[in-house]
Amino acid sequence: MSITLSEAESRRVVARHGVPVSPFVTGTTTDDVVAAVDADPDVGYPVVAKLCGRAIAHKTERGLVRLRIPDEAGLRVACDELLAAARPDDGDVEVLVSTMVSGNRELIAGLVDDPQFGLTIMLGVGGVLAEAIRDVVFRLVPIDEIDAAEMIDDLATQRLLGEFRGEPAVDRQALVEALVALANVGREEDGIRSVDLNPLILVDGVPIAVDALLETDPA
Amino acid sequence: MSHDLAALFDPDGIIITGVSNHPGKFGFVTLHNILASGYRGRIFPVGREPGDALGQAVLGSIDDVPDGAADLIFICTPQAINEDLLRAAAAKGVTAAFFAAAGYREAGAAGAEAERRLVALAEELGVAVAGPNGQGVVSTPSRMCAQIVAPYAPPGRIAVASQSGNFVSSFLNLARHTGVGISRAVAAGNAAVLGIADYLEWFADDPATDVCLVYMESVDAGHKLFERLRAVSERKPIVLVKGGASDAGARAAASHTGALATDDSVFDGMCRQAGVLRARDVEEAFETAATLATQPLPQGNRVVVVTTVGGWGVAAVDAMTPTRLSAGPLPADLHAAIDELLPPRWSKNNPIDMAGGETRDTVPEILKLAASHPEVDSVLFLGLGIQSNTAAMMREGPFYPDHGLERIVDFHERQDTRYAQAAAEIASATGTPVLMATELANARPDNPGPAAARAAGVMCHASAGRAIRSLDLVTRYGRWRRARGR
Repeated sequence: MSITLSEAESRRVVARHGVPVSPFVTGTTTDDVVAAVDADPDVGYPVVAKLCGRAIAHKTERGLVRLRIPDEAGLRVACDELLAAARPDDGDVEVLVSTMVSGNRELIAGLVDDPQFGLTIMLGVGGVLAEAIRDVVFRLVPIDEIDAAEMIDDLATQRLLGEFRGEPAVDRQALVEALVALANVGREEDGIRSVDLNPLILVDGVPIAVDALLETDPA
Repeated sequence: MSHDLAALFDPDGIIITGVSNHPGKFGFVTLHNILASGYRGRIFPVGREPGDALGQAVLGSIDDVPDGAADLIFICTPQAINEDLLRAAAAKGVTAAFFAAAGYREAGAAGAEAERRLVALAEELGVAVAGPNGQGVVSTPSRMCAQIVAPYAPPGRIAVASQSGNFVSSFLNLARHTGVGISRAVAAGNAAVLGIADYLEWFADDPATDVCLVYMESVDAGHKLFERLRAVSERKPIVLVKGGASDAGARAAASHTGALATDDSVFDGMCRQAGVLRARDVEEAFETAATLATQPLPQGNRVVVVTTVGGWGVAAVDAMTPTRLSAGPLPADLHAAIDELLPPRWSKNNPIDMAGGETRDTVPEILKLAASHPEVDSVLFLGLGIQSNTAAMMREGPFYPDHGLERIVDFHERQDTRYAQAAAEIASATGTPVLMATELANARPDNPGPAAARAAGVMCHASAGRAIRSLDLVTRYGRWRRARGR
């Protein structure tokens, strides 16, 4: 049986390898969370607050995600509500607060252990819609920058990667580096079963993961 | 472990087991095929009843083979006696064996045990074992068709390794049809010892081979297979067609990435990463290999289409839509040069539609102008054979050879012959591929256009779409190499 890390734990692991994630802090009480936001110059309002824990698999479905919180007062209300919504079987939980980033285009990237080829890396179009669109490409881990650039080129929906609705074209080098960093998570961490960066939002063309989920073998 | 397969593909002498006078038996058929293909080495048929088969003395035992006279044994005898035969052959100096014999892993638990013993024996004796349960091995440099079935194929630069014997035959039949020949072909059978990657690694070193062509069903040791395929691709192109779409399943179910992964999408990504050109079907695989074997590698995506009439050119451009190939505007100087050669009604665009305005030398001249231009990476010529098709109707009609028909028929047929020869010569002189396509390659293979392509050893595709699909894969291989500085 595999272990699914919380979003905060997953973010810390992937960020350690250079995967771009939106700036975030965590805390287990409302006061701690507010203090952490004040102390981190990278996390600024508006923010997103989520209740996360290893046993919480479907945050959105349970209403545990609060978007576009404009200020500290709003954050205090959100933290109180999220912590109150925790159930006994959720186990250890914390509130994750991240800068609200936005862009019109979403990608998905991930790792998954393949029964025939071992660890593979995926890039796809659509973020949360990816399973409907199914424009995805795979490579075997590890990859180099050439492989990563070819993954981007192999996506069918190339028009989404050019200039789009007033936003610049995707920063290909930034996306290449994000993919290589993600592959390095798989290469350098033990027992990775899967990683989802979903969605990977293009913010002014630069990819930033706003959610991460890492599944690993038990230690 | 790297295997020396010289004795499998270029043996100096072959022992064939299970030979009798019965023309329906595999031993007889194999002996027949080896003799019929004109095998250059010595042949030692061995059978239960000594005597004569196809004019060859059948020996009663491998012990009767002179020491060191044979280095390959072709085994089509019942499984139970084959270990003894292999030991006897090894004692005579045999270093390679092709096991056509069945009754191994495919035949249940006892067969699987026999196969395990065979693997151990091969290791003990130091014999390179192909098969078992395979249809045979073909090698044109040695004029060897050691197969229990047909056909043999013309000599060429494509080496085939297949996990299905039927597809060896398919590829060889397509080689015969197109005239684009084969260097080696082997059916891996159960692949007890030698697998697809072992053959490919040998082909990579084989001076008779330029292109590898693979039919694959099952994947073993996936990541290692990937690394071996990539190492071969860095040296020679591999075209692969995959059979079997069943999904192994059992991926991390909680993850979106796992939900989006299928065996096919992962295999496809593996191929692209390894530089392997995955074709959709056997025809596309062969035609792509044949293009690689007979054309220079394109340096980029820019294609100029040259056609005698409009519709074919449109079909060619349509076929480029899902690819990264492009039929962009003609460079100004190329446009101006072609304008000198054609009446004003030509398309003045890419595709270059000559609109019937060509005279005696126009086609070769335009092909040469396009292929020589630095901003053109590939040329596709459509309309080959159309003149000869008119000529064929005249030749077969009631008025031939009178009314001047003989002279015009000769002219048309000479022209198509010239066009095909010119396309081949221009490609070779300029280093720019010049592909040809016409349905006459299939519908009227005797047409002097496709016939001349065949005689020149160049692939003539059966449609614009098929030519473009092969060109897309070939161009991708060039891009994969250049991206890696090769």
